[in-house]
Amino acid sequence: MQKKIHLPLTEEDLLSLKAGDRVLLSGVVYTARDAAHKRMVEQEKEGIPLPIDLKGQVLYYVGPTPAKPGEVIGSAGPTTSGRMDAYTPRLLEKGLKGMIGKGYRNEEVKTAMVKHKAVYFGAVGGAAALIARSIKKAEVIAYEDLGTEAIRKLTIEDFPVFVINDTHGGDIYQEGVAQFKS
Amino acid sequence: MKKIHYQDIVEEVKTMCMKSNYNLGDDVYTAFKQALKTEKSETGKEVLTQLIDNADIAKAEQVPMCQDTGTAVFIVEVGQDCHIEGGKLGDAINEGVAKGYGEGYLRNSMIYNPLNRQNTGNNTPAIVHIDLVEGDTLTFHMTAKGGGAENMSDLKMLKPSDGIEGAKEYILSIVKEAGPNACPPLVVGIGIGGNFERCAYLAKKSLFRPLGVRHEDPAVADLEMELMEEINRLGIGPQGMGGSTTALDVKVEVESCHIAALPVAVNLNCHASRHQTISM
Repeated sequence: MQKKIHLPLTEEDLLSLKAGDRVLLSGVVYTARDAAHKRMVEQEKEGIPLPIDLKGQVLYYVGPTPAKPGEVIGSAGPTTSGRMDAYTPRLLEKGLKGMIGKGYRNEEVKTAMVKHKAVYFGAVGGAAALIARSIKKAEVIAYEDLGTEAIRKLTIEDFPVFVINDTHGGDIYQEGVAQFKS
Repeated sequence: MKKIHYQDIVEEVKTMCMKSNYNLGDDVYTAFKQALKTEKSETGKEVLTQLIDNADIAKAEQVPMCQDTGTAVFIVEVGQDCHIEGGKLGDAINEGVAKGYGEGYLRNSMIYNPLNRQNTGNNTPAIVHIDLVEGDTLTFHMTAKGGGAENMSDLKMLKPSDGIEGAKEYILSIVKEAGPNACPPLVVGIGIGGNFERCAYLAKKSLFRPLGVRHEDPAVADLEMELMEEINRLGIGPQGMGGSTTALDVKVEVESCHIAALPVAVNLNCHASRHQTISM
């Protein structure tokens, strides 16, 4: 079963998505990885507003390769999400509703996701050339000095993901392993 | 004495960096196809299908298969009868890496200092291990090693009394802990023996052996097969979402060590397992 979702995520999307669902996402997402997270949260503590309004938005943890001439973006697969865990609960408080990455989240993030009704999607790590095909537009909108780690606004079409953690506490990493352990 | 020129090394290294990132090895591609036949999870099959499609696209378009184009790691077998002209071997390798990553539109992932985290801007320095060998040939084994799997790698100085069972238990615990983070299906590289730093090197070195090729010592080959079976029973599966393909292969290298020691290192590699070899 494959669902198609047009971003931003609606309340209904957020409540109906279940861990393990295959989803094709279309619409706008913003990229941010280690350095952008660190800067956003540190600046926010100092009272400097976030460079993007996260309310209802989805962040994609990626640091793409440089685009070849004439290409929208280089290869652009997910990076390991756990490195963003230290900053994520604060961003969820600011209204973030979805994240795309790969790998485990810690308990604090999972609890905050249930509390704030947010979903964590996993894209296939290492499928970066395939994923790049579903990115139709890319534009650096903040922290340009961070290079590959700058914040980009991406327009995506049928971007393939799986729901890893849903808003009800479901976790495909735990459920999947339990099912196939022998 | 055979003479090998600096500039020729630069060009060979440049090509290796690009090829390793664009073209998935035939050994890995074959392993994906095989895994697709045996994988029990539908989600796992979908992941494997995406990885096969991804490899096809990267090769056809000559673009990196993964955005993490890695740290360039080399094991160089230097024939003691060859002579390098025109500059230092290490400099030639770094110049080749800088050119390969720049001209090849690969990502620069290296930073000067882990504490201040400023990017070097050309993916150097490479990590270079030198092995002196007989003859007059220069052989470069290169891997573009991604950060995600490297981060989940581990080393432990076990007690001799832990024995082979203790070593296996430790190896399985590292694979389990890595779960989805190291981008399974994995290639698991294991070093047993040596000392602290040698053991880590052995684990890395094991990853240069092509998939499907067993260790020449039958006892070590058996250990590789046993570990492979046990790892695949963990249920982690492709991308950690559950399944029967957690490892595409397991590689073990064993060396002598001190009477007090049983060092074991686990160097995890993601499914791309990018490696290249050329001889000059």
